[in-house]
Amino acid sequence: MSTDVLALGDDALIAAQRLAEWCSRGPDLEEDIALTNIALDQLGAARLLLGLAGSREQPARTEDELAFLRTDREFRNCLMVELPNGDFAVTMAKLLFLAAYQKPLYEELAAASSDDPELAAIAAKAVKESAYHLDHAALWTVRLGDGTEESHRRMQNAVDEIWPYTHELFESHPDWLSTVDEVLRESTLERPADGWRPTGGRDGVHTEHLSRLLAEMQVLHRAHPGVTW
Amino acid sequence: MVTALEEAVAAVADPELRVLTIADLGILRGIEVAAGGRVTVTITPTYTGCPAMDVIRRDIVAAARAAGSAEVEVRTELSPPWTTDWISAAGRAKLAAAGIAPPTGRRAATVTLTLTMRCPLCGSPDTEELSRFGSTACKSLWRCRACREPFDAVKAH
Repeated sequence: MSTDVLALGDDALIAAQRLAEWCSRGPDLEEDIALTNIALDQLGAARLLLGLAGSREQPARTEDELAFLRTDREFRNCLMVELPNGDFAVTMAKLLFLAAYQKPLYEELAAASSDDPELAAIAAKAVKESAYHLDHAALWTVRLGDGTEESHRRMQNAVDEIWPYTHELFESHPDWLSTVDEVLRESTLERPADGWRPTGGRDGVHTEHLSRLLAEMQVLHRAHPGVTW
Repeated sequence: MVTALEEAVAAVADPELRVLTIADLGILRGIEVAAGGRVTVTITPTYTGCPAMDVIRRDIVAAARAAGSAEVEVRTELSPPWTTDWISAAGRAKLAAAGIAPPTGRRAATVTLTLTMRCPLCGSPDTEELSRFGSTACKSLWRCRACREPFDAVKAH
């Protein structure tokens, strides 16, 4: 199994940056803390993965060079993570689909330590955090989907809106679908019909949303090259 | 024999759980002294994004220098991944004494059990989780139904 470590790192980094936008804007204090804690986990994984990806390049690049000095066409993250946060339901739909993708992927990588021991060590660390994210997103999806008429409507809209972007995650993955299907069923939500399949993120072809996200994320480093805390 | 250096490094406090040393927390993996006196301390992170790690690295270097070592390197090792099972018995007692519920064991049984979180203040098992995320990555927020006090608990991880 050949794995694009850069793509894994970019998924985590861009997801972290989006989730961090919720800081001080969460629907309540506990959820504000939860979203930023998840962002911190994703950032931690991103730092390790980008550090590893950069060390394998010729010449080597640091995690900061990869995060702050690449343009949008050089990022390999899936489109889903760069999409705007939307309302809380959209954020939870994105987190559910992302965590249901990252958890089994990290499990596979952790088990394949003979292929790539460095990547396996990072994956073994991240898998426990992903499992927690998946639980959290599933709890909220059920609470909103199987909640009031209004919360059900908004959660279903969120799932419908994000669904097309999930096709880019895997060519096919029965585990992902069974995990997501179970949560949707318990949430009294319908799985959207498969139709439009936007892709391109893995080849560096992104939505305009990524450029705006990068502008905010990179501005300090680009204005003050080499700056440290 | 425990050297002054080992004692000093092991006594470095966790910046977020001040009552625990890094030895109590189980993140100190080893201390090596090379022939020339160069010290290598190996630690492991609790969570990948734990912001306390930078402070811990700095405090380890400071502690080792104070114990007389000029050259100190702190290495981070991920594998095997840290688990809350590595928090020592002394560490668990210190957490409880500080009003923070220690983590429940997660690997002890082959059958998955949900163990009751006991209130660290009054000892009642009648508690409820308020939030699965707390003030730091490693804690969740709980409330005791018996004494009505909220408390932090270290998440089983």
